[in-house]
Amino acid sequence: MSELVDAAERAVEAALAAGATDAEAYAAEEAGREVRVYDGAVESLTAATERGLGLRAWNGQRAGYAYGTDLSEQGVAATAARAAEAAAAADEDEFAAPPRQAGDPPRVEGLLDAGSIELPTPEVVDLVLAVERTALEADRRIAGVEQTVYADSVERVAIRSSAGVAGEHEASSCYAYLQALAEADGGGRETGLGFGLARGPAGLDPVAIGREAAQRAVAMIGAGKPASRACPVVLDPTVAAGFAGLIGSTLAANAVQRGRSPFASMLGEEVAGEALVLHDDGLDPEGLASAPFDGEGVPRRRTALIEGGRLRTFLHDTYTGRRDGAGSTGSAGRSGYRSRPSAATSNLVVATGDLALEALLREAGEGVYITDVAGLHSGVNPVSGVFSVGASGQTIRGGALAEPVREMTIASDLVSMLRAVRAAGEEARWVPFGGSVRTPPLLVAEMTVSGS
Amino acid sequence: MADEQLVDPDLAARVVELALQNGGEFAELFAEKRGGLAISIDESRVEAVQAGAEEGAGVRVISGGTTYFAHVDGLAAADLERAAEQASAAVRGERTEARPLRAAASAPQRIERRPEEVAVERKAELLRELDERGRAQGGEVAQLTASYSEGRRRVAVANSEGLLSGDDRTLVRLAAQAVARRGDQAEAGMETHGGHRGFELLAGDPAAIAEQAARKALTLLDADPAPAGTMPVVVGGGFGGVLFHEMTGHGLEADHVQKGASVYAGKLGERVAEPLLHAYDDGSMPGEWGTEAIDDEGTPTQRTPLVEEGRISSFLYDRLRAERDGVASTGNGRRESFRHLPIPRMTNTYIAPGDAKPEEMIAELERGFYAVSFAGGQVEPATGDFVFGVSEGYLIENGKPTRPCRGATLIGNCLEALAAIDAVGDDFEMKTGFCGKGGQRAPVGTGQGHVRIKALTVGGTAL
Repeated sequence: MSELVDAAERAVEAALAAGATDAEAYAAEEAGREVRVYDGAVESLTAATERGLGLRAWNGQRAGYAYGTDLSEQGVAATAARAAEAAAAADEDEFAAPPRQAGDPPRVEGLLDAGSIELPTPEVVDLVLAVERTALEADRRIAGVEQTVYADSVERVAIRSSAGVAGEHEASSCYAYLQALAEADGGGRETGLGFGLARGPAGLDPVAIGREAAQRAVAMIGAGKPASRACPVVLDPTVAAGFAGLIGSTLAANAVQRGRSPFASMLGEEVAGEALVLHDDGLDPEGLASAPFDGEGVPRRRTALIEGGRLRTFLHDTYTGRRDGAGSTGSAGRSGYRSRPSAATSNLVVATGDLALEALLREAGEGVYITDVAGLHSGVNPVSGVFSVGASGQTIRGGALAEPVREMTIASDLVSMLRAVRAAGEEARWVPFGGSVRTPPLLVAEMTVSGS
Repeated sequence: MADEQLVDPDLAARVVELALQNGGEFAELFAEKRGGLAISIDESRVEAVQAGAEEGAGVRVISGGTTYFAHVDGLAAADLERAAEQASAAVRGERTEARPLRAAASAPQRIERRPEEVAVERKAELLRELDERGRAQGGEVAQLTASYSEGRRRVAVANSEGLLSGDDRTLVRLAAQAVARRGDQAEAGMETHGGHRGFELLAGDPAAIAEQAARKALTLLDADPAPAGTMPVVVGGGFGGVLFHEMTGHGLEADHVQKGASVYAGKLGERVAEPLLHAYDDGSMPGEWGTEAIDDEGTPTQRTPLVEEGRISSFLYDRLRAERDGVASTGNGRRESFRHLPIPRMTNTYIAPGDAKPEEMIAELERGFYAVSFAGGQVEPATGDFVFGVSEGYLIENGKPTRPCRGATLIGNCLEALAAIDAVGDDFEMKTGFCGKGGQRAPVGTGQGHVRIKALTVGGTAL
């Protein structure tokens, strides 16, 4: 850690020496491994180390960014020169200013599983093999597993700025996933995804992960196209998470202030059914995006986004917070040292309700249970919120799951969908789609299903 | 151009040897130096000026069917040796002797005007021009954002079979996105222009893309909700090629095929489309977005026939998968960076021009859908299910494109849709795209003229 701190401090000084009026350095290093397994054997084993520095420089009201992997004296000086040069090329922006330290970042326990993250690789390999084996043995219709992947890493971050921001933090994470292939007696293949997330391999349940993939693949055997209609839809947590992520991105103040969010003029208004409660929580130790401070050193917090059916706030970084006069919500996101901080979700948490899945299906009556969506990035207009995405799942008939369906689209718009949420399930899970999201299944009263 | 050496050949040879210290049939060093600049304009203000520089290396050893891989930042001898030590640490196998390195000829694309030598102010000025041109399309253009990006990757590959090669790749791209607004309604339009070229790419009238983006957004203001149902679909040229990329290209990547996770597995030589369909992957097309002199394993890129006269002609291979099938690599072993393992990827993939006239392809339809351009698409190669988001589409009524439609998605299954292609236009255009696979992003070119599919499901909101 001390090397990172040292690099960050040197970078701030170098930027000031290069003519910047203020500077902020974010130094990060990551060490991890990845194991890929196929057909009972290790396909690949990767040892990964990465280290770099991102530097934001201000020249009065102009801001620029540069990053580099060379942390030597000379390398840092080159990055500093590029950051200062980048700032000089930008136009003035009255809201551009370096973040100030707003109190001490909270201590967040449980971000590092120091014990299990260093599990010896042969034992990790056994775990991954167990995931694959579980899926292969779960059902005679499982024809294979395309790949089973495990990855873990420990990330360390140090941030320093000329405006007094200082912080360090360390976190570990790991995940495993697989794609199982099921085959019907008459041919035709279906796929099923299983996954798990944790702070260390001890937190992964190989049997649950393998079984989920097999169950999802087998459930799709014999799927046909549903009839086109408007009907109730139940989104399973993996699908609900994808939509929550989309909604989260449209609640980032950057999109809002620039008129590119369907929620731009809806602050304080009714935007959702009472059953839908959405928080951004940057402190939940189970959320892999949690940290004591955000991408510019501002303390993370828990923020209510949608509560009581109303839109409570947008997510702000220092820039958008100044521009709105609202202040930062500790929501400056970064995807590593290569990216400039900008307002984004941390962990999105959709509140649980009190219905078991069976009760949600019963309430839906006649509709579709969606277990997978495709094209969330290409099938959604992020400005208007209108979407139409590929989907597959199972028919809901008489309040219970019936035959599988695929090759259909579900369509609506984000605001209408939120308003149509009637109930949330009682059981939530963490999902890595749409960012880091914890959500239960959701019952949406109406969507357009387009099949045959 | 002074050809600065990325890694000294003696050092490269030593690293490859070190990687084989505990055994292995094959070892390879991939070294890379990459840098880039991105600038954008938003609210008529130049912002988000961002410059990056990275260097590092990945070392892999293949032993008994397992790939051992390690990557490090830095290109100093100690960095490369550390990568070799880490990659070889868990290897236990027969020792292979590395062959002496022999420099292979590689012909990087010729860059006329190095983008990093053009002043950043000139790039900012260009963005201001885009901003003005886009906004000038009408008062309903509420937002215009545009971005300029340049990137350079210098790569070197050395392996235990004696290969030593390198490439120097420069990509320049301009993108414009407009948002048009009328009352509560907001629509977006997007256009890009890019290539494996230097700043010379932007000679001519690059700011025209801002007009095109604005026009698309304005058109959508008058759009009706897209229809839902199965109908004939005419797909536009250029980025319409993403249809073939998703429907067929991914399924022909040998990693999917060898695991039986592709609907094209076992179909080599089989007829999958009408004889009028010819399609290729070509990483050697001069100046295109997915072009490279060599792939990231040092294999020269080539033009690979994928479908000829409606039959599957070849799969797409990297070294590892080619060896398994006993064939030569097709030069499709690509990686996002030195931090990734190579996997079979497309380069520039296109449907070759046919002999149909685009107007006639539309005129022959009583009712159908005209998908001019896409926002993107996705396929599950194992099942063949695909989905595309239409960014600009029109209803076809009585042989003419009529009302613009919003929110349309095309959905279907590869084999059925491919077999349903009944006309290929005589026009042709290549466009730039980014393809994601296995957590790796790669620039890919997609191209085609107009293509007609007899029946496809359009997923919209109008029942």
